[in-house]
Amino acid sequence: MRIPCPLCGERDRREFYYRGAAVVRPAVDAGPAAWDGYVHLRDNPVGRTRDLWHHEAGCGAWLVVTRDTVTHEVFGAELAAAAGLREGTS
Amino acid sequence: MRVSTQAPGEVVRFRFDGVGYTGRVGDTVASALLANGVRLMGRSFKYHRPRGVLSAGSEEPNALVTVGRGAQAEPNVRATVQEIYEGLEVRSQSAWPSLRFDAMAVNDLAAPFLGAGFYYKTFMWPKAFWEKLYEPVIRRAAGLGALSGKHNPDTYDSAFAFCDLLVIGAGPSGLMAARVAAEAGLDVILCDEDFEMGGRLLAEVEDVGGIPAQDWVAEQSAAMAAMPNVRLMSRTTVTGAYDGGVYGALERVTHHLPRSAAPLECFWRITAKRILLCAGALERPIAFENNDRPGIMTAGAVRAYVNRWGVAPAKTVAVFGNNDDAHRTARDLHAAGVTIAALIDARADADVGDVPYPVHLGAQVIGSKGRLGLSGIKVRTANGKVEQIATECLAVSGGWNPTVHLTCHMNGRPQWREDIAAFVPTPDAVPGLEAVGACNGTFSTAGCLAEGAQAAARVVVALGGTAAQVAVPQAEDAPYNISPLWAVEGKGRAWLDFQNDVSVKDIKQAAVENFRSVEHMKRYTTQGMATDQGKNSNVGALAVLADATGRGIPETGVTTFRPPYSPIAIAALGAGSQGKGFAPQRLTTSHAGSLARNAPMIEAGLWYRPSYFPREGETTWRQSCDREVGCVRNSVGICDVSTLGKIDIQGPDAGKLLDLVYTGMFSTLKEGRVRYGLMLREDGTVMDDGTCARMGPAHYVMTTTTAAAGDVMRHLEFVTQALHPEWDVAFTSVTEQWAQFAVAGPQSRALLNDLLDAPVDNDSWPFMACGEISVLGVAGRLFRISFSGEHAYEIAVPARYGAALFEVLVKRAEAMQGGAYGMEALNVLRIEKGHITHSEIHGRVTAFDVGMARMISPKKDCIGKVLAGREGLVDPLRERLVGLRPVGAVKQLSAGAHIFDAGAAHVHANDQGYVTSVCFSPDLGVMIGLGFVKGGPDRMGERMVVRDHVRDLTVEVELCSPVFIDPEGGRVRG
Repeated sequence: MRIPCPLCGERDRREFYYRGAAVVRPAVDAGPAAWDGYVHLRDNPVGRTRDLWHHEAGCGAWLVVTRDTVTHEVFGAELAAAAGLREGTS
Repeated sequence: MRVSTQAPGEVVRFRFDGVGYTGRVGDTVASALLANGVRLMGRSFKYHRPRGVLSAGSEEPNALVTVGRGAQAEPNVRATVQEIYEGLEVRSQSAWPSLRFDAMAVNDLAAPFLGAGFYYKTFMWPKAFWEKLYEPVIRRAAGLGALSGKHNPDTYDSAFAFCDLLVIGAGPSGLMAARVAAEAGLDVILCDEDFEMGGRLLAEVEDVGGIPAQDWVAEQSAAMAAMPNVRLMSRTTVTGAYDGGVYGALERVTHHLPRSAAPLECFWRITAKRILLCAGALERPIAFENNDRPGIMTAGAVRAYVNRWGVAPAKTVAVFGNNDDAHRTARDLHAAGVTIAALIDARADADVGDVPYPVHLGAQVIGSKGRLGLSGIKVRTANGKVEQIATECLAVSGGWNPTVHLTCHMNGRPQWREDIAAFVPTPDAVPGLEAVGACNGTFSTAGCLAEGAQAAARVVVALGGTAAQVAVPQAEDAPYNISPLWAVEGKGRAWLDFQNDVSVKDIKQAAVENFRSVEHMKRYTTQGMATDQGKNSNVGALAVLADATGRGIPETGVTTFRPPYSPIAIAALGAGSQGKGFAPQRLTTSHAGSLARNAPMIEAGLWYRPSYFPREGETTWRQSCDREVGCVRNSVGICDVSTLGKIDIQGPDAGKLLDLVYTGMFSTLKEGRVRYGLMLREDGTVMDDGTCARMGPAHYVMTTTTAAAGDVMRHLEFVTQALHPEWDVAFTSVTEQWAQFAVAGPQSRALLNDLLDAPVDNDSWPFMACGEISVLGVAGRLFRISFSGEHAYEIAVPARYGAALFEVLVKRAEAMQGGAYGMEALNVLRIEKGHITHSEIHGRVTAFDVGMARMISPKKDCIGKVLAGREGLVDPLRERLVGLRPVGAVKQLSAGAHIFDAGAAHVHANDQGYVTSVCFSPDLGVMIGLGFVKGGPDRMGERMVVRDHVRDLTVEVELCSPVFIDPEGGRVRG
């Protein structure tokens, strides 16, 4: 599997650390349901999914990678910094 | 025997089962043994039947040998792949005491009882016999070559490669495709598992473009070898297709040479934009009674031995086939001077032409004889008469199976093609890969060349290039013509899978017992489960199953093809990851100094740290540890703490970052001060702890635990990149840039003041002060922090001064009745003070549980704050941190033991908690411990029972404060 790091180009997935689904961190006062969802509840999509990878053995960038859980096709990656992962920034 | 009229190549001497033989440069073990008249090369797996070589390629099921001796012995090497070299030593396998007389061949006499499912049905009970009796006996009787059991001294390598086009296989299709793509300027890798490029063309007598095929191959290879955009990789098997255009490939780097320091094999990961699979086809035998005798081979293999190596397996050869390709074997052997005893074609209407040897049309071979090698065959002619024909070799062709394997590695299934009675790849089964030539069901050389050229031109265009006009040379274009024949009717045992001894009867038996699915049949009979993965036999077996279950072949389907295509040594897959490659050593600057003081080193992650520093007269670690604890409590001790993670954080928003990742407030920390910090995970459990020092208005230095340094770094990256990209803050790990030593004990300041260029006192450096200092002229940092509970400092200098500073500190400490202390003493000191480590914050523990709930600042958000406030996480009845002190005389406490109410049964339902850390406290003279007990802090003084079921220990304890020493904290401020 190859991941196209926006800073380094396409790299072997062994250079990356996998975190999980790219979910948006709720505001402090968003309420228990929102926080439960953020920490515990995950979709299990057949097909397109977005998840967080850290280019740990490369540039150190956190990325949001879009890929397909069925075909394993990797559609692309963007910097997590641009992905609006904090409530109110997306 | 050699039949070649060509000038003999250089002579090479090698040994097989202790006997010396000669071969020629370019011989494989198989061709060289055949040249020497050796037909018996192995014994079968289950029945120990004599077996000879079947094929001339990597699909070989029978001729498996062990190469080399001792620790370097390599079992299960295919004699058809292993090239000979001067001094090569090869041994046969699976036979005892010798290949010619194998005692285990009695299994063959018992064969009526040993059919499919025998083991499943017989060795069922008593259960206790499985491990002790049945399995060892079966394993000894069966099995292939044995491993030496010694450490493998050979080296292996791994490498990455990238290209526009990967061409897999260098036969006519592959050479043509690679040449066309190369001429168009693509970056091409051409892999072939053979040591010579050319594939099937090396084994045929035919012309390509008006010159002998071998000359055309040499021309193409030479032309491409000279092109800078082409990499020719021989001895390289592409073993698997993976996501994203990544292909695994095994290069046998030095198997053809005497052992040296060079790697034996290299495992490649090749990333290609486009792939052309030109893997050719594998010939399949026909099943008939006793079709496994040495001397019975595939027709294409016999032809290859004669045409490529100038070796005939015998003086007299018979040929048996169901397709026109088999006729070429008879033709070529006859031309080489070999007597053709008969050409037997199962098709009554086959067109053999006018040939000068006996031909039997519509006939079938129904049996064979010869004990250790073939001496004759039984033929049932078209009119039903049975004839005996004397021959020492039978060349059999049941047709050719396209090598579809790689097209199926990503869930693809091949499709059945009736006209060639074979499975072919399903187009686009692997993204970016196209199958070309024989592996796509196109068997003529002309067809292969044309398909190769066309496919390469398509790739060139798809990658944005312009395909040059390359003329496709004239070549052989004979029809294939096949009429399927899988198994000849008959009563005796007709073999399908030679390596696992599976017969036609076994497949039928599986069907009778309702293992009708091809996957079930495979597992019941072990068909195709040997190291050759049934390359010659799977299609035949499923055809027999289809027949036995009244279905067609396409409905019966194939089993799943998985990587690797051919066996790969685990050592090759793990190249670079053995020993220190797997776990690199991280050494502190005091490492040599610790070793010089005879300290046993223990691993802390990848780091090595001194366990204790034994002195003369000390015979146990406890004596050293107790003394070192005494040094710290009474004078001064020195400990290298450089392995703790150190992260240098700078920028105007550094305080905001720390406020978010720590539970406490750091933006308000005064310059020149240190604060203890606790980090939570977003779910409210504790992630790590450490101290953070404010060195300047926008400059902090964070420390993490040794274990979590990497995790914390990654966490900080996440928070600053994903959650707050707008913050102006930067940080980097400086763990290895600074050597840092704890100087701990009542004499610590006195010691330091002898070394510091400007002395410190309690006013300038109170507890939790920090700042820049100069030590013996070197600029460094001083932190007044304490993990031991004593008046203590940590002094940091650039790593290059670490070794020198350690020596000075230890010598000074020793002069003051102190000295270096190791991990054991460090652990005792912190347990006595109730300081937590990852033994306590093990991933299921909250700030509340460790008594630090109040450290979560109410004034701000922090990671984990919201969920740490959940009702269940602040329940007073949770398992919470306590100290444990045994009641009565010194008792053994053990970490991991569980805690019960006095009088309660020691069962899970009564579990009240568990012990996390224990030590002998020299100060208190007893074992003490830390642990978690339900409602623990509210049960101080309560007597409970610690029960260790593993070590069979039961100890009565009293719950107490986790701080055993100096609970008021006076010493640390002293």
